[in-house]
Amino acid sequence: MSADENSKPGSTRRRVIEYFLGGGVIATFASFLYPVLRYVLPPPVADLGVNEVVAGKVGDLKPNSGAIFRFGSSPGLLILTSDGTYQALSATCTHLGCTVQYRGDLRQVWCPCHNGIYGIDGRNISGPPPKPLEAYDIHLRGDEIVVTLKREA
Amino acid sequence: MIAAIIRWLDERLHLDDLIAPFRHKTVPVHRLTYWYFFGGITLFLFGVQVITGILLLLYYNAGANEAFESVQYIMTKVRYGWLIRSIHSWSANLMILTAFLHMFSVLFLKAYRKPRELTWVSGMLLLFLVMGFGFSGYLLPWNTLAFFATKVGTAMVGQIPIVGQPMMIFLRGGPQVTGATLIRFFGFHVAILPGLVVVLISIHLFLVQRLGMSVPPKIETEWIENPSARRDMKFFPNFLLREMMAWYVAIGVLGALAAIFPWNLGVKADPFGSAPAGIKPEWYFLFAFQTLKLIPAKVWFVDGEVLGVLGCGLVGLLWLMLPFFESEPPSRPKRWITGLAIFALMYVAGMSVYGFLAK
Repeated sequence: MSADENSKPGSTRRRVIEYFLGGGVIATFASFLYPVLRYVLPPPVADLGVNEVVAGKVGDLKPNSGAIFRFGSSPGLLILTSDGTYQALSATCTHLGCTVQYRGDLRQVWCPCHNGIYGIDGRNISGPPPKPLEAYDIHLRGDEIVVTLKREA
Repeated sequence: MIAAIIRWLDERLHLDDLIAPFRHKTVPVHRLTYWYFFGGITLFLFGVQVITGILLLLYYNAGANEAFESVQYIMTKVRYGWLIRSIHSWSANLMILTAFLHMFSVLFLKAYRKPRELTWVSGMLLLFLVMGFGFSGYLLPWNTLAFFATKVGTAMVGQIPIVGQPMMIFLRGGPQVTGATLIRFFGFHVAILPGLVVVLISIHLFLVQRLGMSVPPKIETEWIENPSARRDMKFFPNFLLREMMAWYVAIGVLGALAAIFPWNLGVKADPFGSAPAGIKPEWYFLFAFQTLKLIPAKVWFVDGEVLGVLGCGLVGLLWLMLPFFESEPPSRPKRWITGLAIFALMYVAGMSVYGFLAK
């Protein structure tokens, strides 16, 4: 193969150079794109390790009602049932993340966004929710109602 | 004086060459000509959005602790602030309405067929962007409804397998909807989306200009049988003046709505409050919302909302590609596409009404 043939369009040598050039340009753009992709996703916030929180005081809630409390960065739902027992659940609907509320008239937990219904124990009963609400452990410390994450069994 | 300035410019820039394409452009005149106005009205309302949006920027303050208060300030303290914001909100809603009317008119008049496939694609992309404007702008006053609408909307994106979670975190600026989300949505609303829209509008208008106005197949056939029935009007100035009359009507409707029914601000968002009863998205998302509500928690072994979100995405994609399923002129347009268009219109309208009335 003469030098002249090598420089013709479609010749092997020419194609190799095109691959190098194209590959180089693509690699250059990839090296721009990668940091940008990393940049647009915010750095993960350190988990503050909240696994215990005071959800309220005894006597704050009337029987057959519920209230939202802060559990770290997400909302929780504290319920006082009509027979006087406390129940604490995650208040984030397992469907699309709205904040649920306790409905005294239904004696159930209700998500108004897409009409999801859970039992007082957090079990998903009807509507779109695919999973139950996470239930928390409860104990009393003096007159404070302390909610903790359930220990892994 | 003005003539002298024009002459001065013309000597240097040869204005005639620039205007020439507009002079030659004609608009077919027939019983459905009025449907051609809706694209122009949408463009006009977009202009209203740009102007009122810039005015709102003078006082708006993004941030979870300032946004609601700044909109409150605009509406109560700034002179005519309530009017500017009300026009911005009403114009946004009317623009989405006219964009949908424009889309359905193009669909029923078969204007998307060869050679106008790319005009349709650019128009559909514009429609998606306009809905993105609606979704991102809705959050900016940081009220309860907007907060939960954003929570649900971004959670839906999170349902997409594999890429959903990173996309949701990108949109929210973190795992939850917070002030970081508000800042991002503000950026999308005032910088990224406007940039993309300007590029796409330019492409869309260039294509409309390049390809000329489409004549509906039925009328085309009539004109071929009877060529003397064919009528056209000049785009400039005849059609443009008529279009401007339509804009004048639009601005009248807009001003009346904005002044008589000022847009509400609602209640400030509380990330640790329950979602309010009767919460609903804006009307243009109602049909999707109602569909999602009706899908059960599990369909076979797939989560209902995963199915809903993927279904919506697939329908959107197919809608975007619709011209590529259509026959090429001069053969008859495919009947099933007309059927599908009628079904889509009925479905969107029916589900919206159902969503509006449902508790």
